Amino acid sequence: MLRLPQFNFVHARSLDEAASVLSGEGLVRLVAGGTDLWPNMKRRHQQATTVVSLMGIPGLAGIDVNGEIHIGATTLLSDVVASAAVRERYPAFATAVQSISSPPLRNMGTIGGNLCVDTRCTYYNQTEEWRRSIDYCMKAEGEICWVATSSPRCWAHTATDSAPMACALGAKVKLVSKDGERVIPIEDLYRDDGIDYLAKRPDEILTGLYLPAEATADRCRSAFWKLRRRGSIDFAVLSAAAALWTAPDGTVEKARIYLGAVASRPLAAQESADFLIGKKLDAEIIAEAAKLTRKVATPMDNTDFQTQWRGTMVQRYTEAALREAAGMDPGRLGPKHGLPVVG
Amino acid sequence: MAEPIRKPESEDAPQREPNIIGKPFRRVDGRAKVTGATKFADDLAFPRTAYVRLVRSTQPHALIRSIDFSEAEKVPGFLGALTGKETPIPFGILPVSQDEHALCPDKVRFVGDPVAAVACVTEDAAYEAALRVKVEYEPLPTISSIEEAIATPEPRIHDYGDHGNLHKVVSMTFGEVEKGFEDADEIFEDTFYYEGNTHLPMEQHSAVAVPEDDDRVTLYSSSQTPHYVHRALAKVLELPAARVRVVACPNGGGFGGKSDPFNHEIVAAKMALKLGRPCKITLTREEVFYCHRGRHPVLMQVRTGVKKDGTDVRIVAQRLRTALDGGAYGSYGVASTYYTGALQTVTYKMPAYEFQGVRCFTNKPPCGPKRGHGTPQPRFGFEVHLDKIAVKLGINPADLRLGMLAEPDSITANWLKIGSMGLRRCIEAVVEGSGFRERWGRLPEGRGLGLACGSYLCGAGLPIYWNHMPQSGVMLKLDRSGGVAVFCGESEIGQGSDSILAAVVAEVLGVALADIRLCVADTDLTPVDLGSYSSRVTLMVGNAALQAAERAREMISKAVSEQLEIPESRIVFAERRVFDAQDPAKGLTFQDALIATEARFGTLATAGSYIPPRSPGRYRGAGVGPSPAYSYSAAVIEVEVDPETGLWNPVHVWMAHDVGRALNPVLVMGQVEGGVYMGLGEVMMEEQVFRRLPKHLSSALVHKHPSVLEYKSPTFHDMPPVTTYLIEDPDRQGPFGAKEVGQGPLLPVMPAVANAIYDAVGVRVDQVPIHPHMVLKALEAKRKGQEPRFGPKGFPEVDFGEELIVPTPGQGGDGTAINDYREKLRSGMRSSAGTMMTREEALRKKKLAALTTDLKGAK
Repeated sequence: MLRLPQFNFVHARSLDEAASVLSGEGLVRLVAGGTDLWPNMKRRHQQATTVVSLMGIPGLAGIDVNGEIHIGATTLLSDVVASAAVRERYPAFATAVQSISSPPLRNMGTIGGNLCVDTRCTYYNQTEEWRRSIDYCMKAEGEICWVATSSPRCWAHTATDSAPMACALGAKVKLVSKDGERVIPIEDLYRDDGIDYLAKRPDEILTGLYLPAEATADRCRSAFWKLRRRGSIDFAVLSAAAALWTAPDGTVEKARIYLGAVASRPLAAQESADFLIGKKLDAEIIAEAAKLTRKVATPMDNTDFQTQWRGTMVQRYTEAALREAAGMDPGRLGPKHGLPVVG
Repeated sequence: MAEPIRKPESEDAPQREPNIIGKPFRRVDGRAKVTGATKFADDLAFPRTAYVRLVRSTQPHALIRSIDFSEAEKVPGFLGALTGKETPIPFGILPVSQDEHALCPDKVRFVGDPVAAVACVTEDAAYEAALRVKVEYEPLPTISSIEEAIATPEPRIHDYGDHGNLHKVVSMTFGEVEKGFEDADEIFEDTFYYEGNTHLPMEQHSAVAVPEDDDRVTLYSSSQTPHYVHRALAKVLELPAARVRVVACPNGGGFGGKSDPFNHEIVAAKMALKLGRPCKITLTREEVFYCHRGRHPVLMQVRTGVKKDGTDVRIVAQRLRTALDGGAYGSYGVASTYYTGALQTVTYKMPAYEFQGVRCFTNKPPCGPKRGHGTPQPRFGFEVHLDKIAVKLGINPADLRLGMLAEPDSITANWLKIGSMGLRRCIEAVVEGSGFRERWGRLPEGRGLGLACGSYLCGAGLPIYWNHMPQSGVMLKLDRSGGVAVFCGESEIGQGSDSILAAVVAEVLGVALADIRLCVADTDLTPVDLGSYSSRVTLMVGNAALQAAERAREMISKAVSEQLEIPESRIVFAERRVFDAQDPAKGLTFQDALIATEARFGTLATAGSYIPPRSPGRYRGAGVGPSPAYSYSAAVIEVEVDPETGLWNPVHVWMAHDVGRALNPVLVMGQVEGGVYMGLGEVMMEEQVFRRLPKHLSSALVHKHPSVLEYKSPTFHDMPPVTTYLIEDPDRQGPFGAKEVGQGPLLPVMPAVANAIYDAVGVRVDQVPIHPHMVLKALEAKRKGQEPRFGPKGFPEVDFGEELIVPTPGQGGDGTAINDYREKLRSGMRSSAGTMMTREEALRKKKLAALTTDLKGAK
């Protein structure tokens, strides 16, 4: 089987300890559930001289309900899904988290890990030997981005399911380092670059996610749709996360739409969201808004399914998410969208 | 040739209902499998084991310039290395394609081809050392597709084969094909493409070699064919076969992917002999994708002429052309090529048939036999083609098929002998179960039903290397303990072969499954069985076991009848007793019966063996296709299709399979459902596909996704309910009438889905897998008024050479070709050892014959 290389392993007992090791010597990486890092290290496209586990830090896991909801970074994905508070207040967020991988991996993986999950690409998520066969790629050890060979940037795509929904809901994240802590809007956590896809500093630790009180189900209507090949396991090849705030007469006051897996970061479908403002939702308005996503999303040939077809699906899935959020029948669209949340 | 089928029981022999056969008994290895007690090859541990890792080529086609181990040697725990120089002797599963090396001596042919091996004291160290081996290559131009291989004769990937990069070209015609087309009322022609896919067994291949005194070596391996591995090992290691022992561990799935002798098996043995310590190689999942031997990508063109008289439709002639992408080595490819044509004739009457096939070499992992071996691709084409014919002629697809079924006990145009034939009952069962007659063509937009059929071998009629010896052997050892030890070379790959072997013996001797001790798949201890491939085991091992058990029963009957002083004809074996049919109280326990028999005859052992009946076909190529019996299957599949996205989903599968007789109905149903699952995977998503980088930047040609995450195969979320119908029409060639079930039920799945998608949204996807973008493209074409179809545009120009002309049985033929010059040589084709000549011998002989002809010409 594939083997891990040798590295130092630190089982941190406090955030201070973790932050201190992180800002120390060598290439230090954080690990929580390890469902992303360990396979990446086995395939040698992520390296580390030291790996710091956050799983032993007291208080870093858990869900606090207090107007807003705070989910600690090392909270297991399955615990997020199982939380009645999360399911009642942020049902689309629970759907998004439940659509991540498979039950065994949700029992290992954490919310912090999913928010920071490495960007993916079929030229990158391969073994050392395979990548030697293509002389590597820009994201790891190589020069060229094989997805777009004349491109100066890496096109690896964002692979997190929780982030697009968290962005749509207007969530925030807390970052802690040796020098202090800060809370930033989650959309500011991401950059549209396949290599430097996180705006957090290397010495910062993401410690938790805040889901805002203004986005609870009684104030905000939301939906998450995910396209993937199979009913389980697969990363999204496209996701659409929508959150709508409407006046009592149904007029849209605020709208946020984010797309997953079609850029190196969760992509704001700003034009679509803006288009909805001041309008009452009906099938036509929603279809118009969805059409506008085609301009912003440019799926690349770096994951499953034919690229052009994925492009057309951006519109379909956005439309479905908006229709569901608006309380309309989302249509058939096949079986691969987010599964219903089960208790 | 002898026909060692069991001899008919005498008429007055007491008959009893079977106690085990036909019952849903628990499989004999079931408890060990579910408790984790089963020892797979990777579970074996020996003291001082060295871990070996192969260094695989990172170039798709290149000459090896140098191999540098200097950095690898510095890894702590490094023990040794091997290169192709130490394994110069080629091997391969077929005598005509001895084109593989344990390690490439001078040239690599695909990314993943093994170049060197390193051994270390730990797996970690071996992995690290392998990464540090530096290989210098000189890249060569690459070939990535059928079209490229046909258009690019030079440089050749191999220096043998029919022409350029065409490994094998086949052309044969049976009956008056041209006349058939002339007489036809309508002629239909279609082109299809079937993408390659792989077996994806849960267990990765693993091999452990243990050296012993006197230059002996034992190899434990996850292999479906220990006998063929044994032959390859003896050849490459240059050891007498008697000093090489191969033990096949239970396989965690094979599906054809563990049927070849593999590089890693030979390297493990060679390294063990070199280092004098046990050596183990367990492949990574990526390496399993490189071993491959999976489904050939096939481009097909099928042309059929039909006569129509009201609702009575008959096929009068068919021409099938296939082009196979074989990958970098021969493997079973020559057989695969023939198989893309051979079984086209056994389902429906076809008086005239022409088949032309070509297999190409490409710089990709070698293709070979996967469940259905070479037949799912043309079967897909044929059954979709028939659906189109039915629609065009305005006939229900079920009626079209029912009206043209091949006859039982008949001989096809290409000289295959059909025995029992339960396809009619299969079609009727699924048509009724699914409501096909009432619902087909009448479901709302987006819902559809599709029907398709299939047929498969119950064991290849001929062994892989020509010989006159049994294809399966079973030995029994019985003694005063009351136990029965059964020895057989068969290998359990999850299909239930151990259970069938034990059940046949236990049934005949009237004992319980727990009284049977099995010793299987060990080339030192067990008689030869050719292996778990071609759906041969139940029929061939079953018949051999039957013969061995009946011989034991005969001896026991004799001893017991003497002791009880009753005629042998009254002896009954049941419930672990041997007793008088007329007075059941009068009898012996089975143990006492064995004591009596051992006293009467001495130490007790019997043997049984099986050789299939000879096929009537005598033409070159007639060796592929014959089988003692053929299984039949029919399926109706319901799908839902979203016309907005092209996404589709199977909703329900109705599958009927003519198994002859179900020896264990639960195992049979498991195999049916497994076949359905695998077929759905192929039509829904599975594809072994490759990427070539822009040629001006790179010479790379790589597997697109050699991982189980990105190579998509269905999960149980994606699996619809399956209704299975077992059709029992006992075949006289099978043990207790049994036929195969391991492969046949896969065949109708892919075409039934394609036909159902047509019924749902009115478009054809003439290609597998059926991706949503293909459905959407076809729907767009339909909306624009173009041909509502997605699929390949045409078939490339290929020179198929001189066609072999074989008169059919209907024409009064004798099974030979009228223009087969090699036929004249055939009498001289066997070596004195009773085995087929090696390729070199045959070539020598051919040259000699040609010389003789020339001399005659000179006179």
